[in-house]
Amino acid sequence: MARKVTTANVVVSTAGAWLVGFLIFFPILWMVLTSFKTELEAFATPPSFLFFHWTTENYATVQERSDYLHHALNSIIIAGGSTLIALLIAVPAAWSMAFSPTKRTKDVLLWMLSTKMMPPVGVLVPIYLIYKNVGLLDTRAGLIFILCLGNLPIVIWMLFTYFKEIPKDILEAARMDGATIGRELIYVLTPMAIPGLASTLLLNLILAWNEAFWTLNLSTLEAAPLTTFIASYSSPEGLFWARLSAASTLAIAPILIIGWFSQKQLVRGLTFGAVK
Amino acid sequence: MATKQTQVLARTLLSPAVLLLFIWMIVPLALTIYFSLLHYSLLDPGSESFVGLENFRYFLTDPAFLASLQNTLVLVGSVLLLTIGLGIPIALLLDQPVVGRNFVRLMVIAPFFVMPTVSALVWKNLLMHPVSGLFAWIATSLGLTPVDWFTDAPLLAIIFIVAWQWLPFATLILLTALQSLDEEQKEAAEMDGASALSRFIYLTVPHLARPITVVILIETIFLLTVFAEIFVTTGGGPGLQTTNIAFLVYSQALIQFDVGSASAGGLVAVVIANIVAFFLVRIVGRNLEA
Repeated sequence: MARKVTTANVVVSTAGAWLVGFLIFFPILWMVLTSFKTELEAFATPPSFLFFHWTTENYATVQERSDYLHHALNSIIIAGGSTLIALLIAVPAAWSMAFSPTKRTKDVLLWMLSTKMMPPVGVLVPIYLIYKNVGLLDTRAGLIFILCLGNLPIVIWMLFTYFKEIPKDILEAARMDGATIGRELIYVLTPMAIPGLASTLLLNLILAWNEAFWTLNLSTLEAAPLTTFIASYSSPEGLFWARLSAASTLAIAPILIIGWFSQKQLVRGLTFGAVK
Repeated sequence: MATKQTQVLARTLLSPAVLLLFIWMIVPLALTIYFSLLHYSLLDPGSESFVGLENFRYFLTDPAFLASLQNTLVLVGSVLLLTIGLGIPIALLLDQPVVGRNFVRLMVIAPFFVMPTVSALVWKNLLMHPVSGLFAWIATSLGLTPVDWFTDAPLLAIIFIVAWQWLPFATLILLTALQSLDEEQKEAAEMDGASALSRFIYLTVPHLARPITVVILIETIFLLTVFAEIFVTTGGGPGLQTTNIAFLVYSQALIQFDVGSASAGGLVAVVIANIVAFFLVRIVGRNLEA
């Protein structure tokens, strides 16, 4: 390449970038470190950064005192369930709009997007009352249902933009060769759609796992996922920092890993294809 | 090309999604509108009566509404300023030749994956605590007085937490846009003798206009409904200092059990969000044509 990049340039920008990256990441790092301290050391001033008595007792305490695994399981079931159901509904819809578009397809898509713009607080009252009356408050089914609906527009949109990139000629070639719609779907479309499906699945898992409006308002204990569980540490008697840190580390670890893997698709998914 | 048969099939495949979203949009919203016209308190069951626009008059003239509207605007505006004002230089920095760029990218993007309740509590306790927090220690080491964030500047504290969560989003989108800027264009401008500054002003800035708009609109949609961060740190207080519209509606509904007035407030929130959504949908729609 013709552009000259001097060593000095690289050194300066590398140092700058690492410093910025470290500063942004620091609160997470600090939380992880604190989770391995004793409660006394967690409060200590001056704080110790690395040379403290490392312990894993907080992780054990979190499980014993508050049944962490119960809430983790709720998170898995709620995030996973709502994502899978949303995909089941969205795949046919997106497939149909991408491959048999009509004049109204664009309007339908934009209308779906506009349902996502509705602030949840605008419908909090009726949803809460309906849930209370039919006994869905604090149930996993209730949360799965509402998170599924809430994320459905994003799922349809992401799938649509991926499906639209699959060349139609290949489908027509398959049709010419006498493939039925079913075979076309299984042997031609599915292999090409898998990367898009996978990134949609991951992004939606992240969104559902971290959703903290409906989960806080509609669950208290039985169905409480990790978002609600962590919120219980906001009460004064729950102010055990090392424990809070241990519970938080466990709560964000799986999603941080998934998120790092899917970061390339994130932009596209969250901007509805407006930035690629 | 589409036969009658595939058309019917396509419509059958589409209808469950359309139907569900239609019900999801219409039923709760219709109920909210209906409740907003009633005197309806859960503490006083059986007293429901039609009061017309009384709830709206009550909600809109309530001093709490003006305070929370102001807090909402300050919160949204400050977080937008912080995330975009910091996001642009960080994206430009990451677009430079950086050794280990992928790892730096991972560190920068990480806060976005942290659930709101965790980031709020970790910031409030581990970092912002006036005695044992890390910020207090840094301030004392520098000979300054530690700030008692949640007493003296509670809204600012919330703003910092939320900005930390959304900075990765702005940075990532701007970085993606920067990387799609044509390298050859930059070289051509360089060969024509354009200075680094004028290349930035005439090439990079126009290229970033669209992604910045997208960041503003999408962030605004989410920032208008910030809830969990307030719920676990301040509970809207002290006083009304950190109550935004979303939190106000929540507290009227589930703390004061005033269904009618909360519904009116919810509709006000819907109207505000729709104004933003209108522009976002237009921008995204324009992109569909291409």
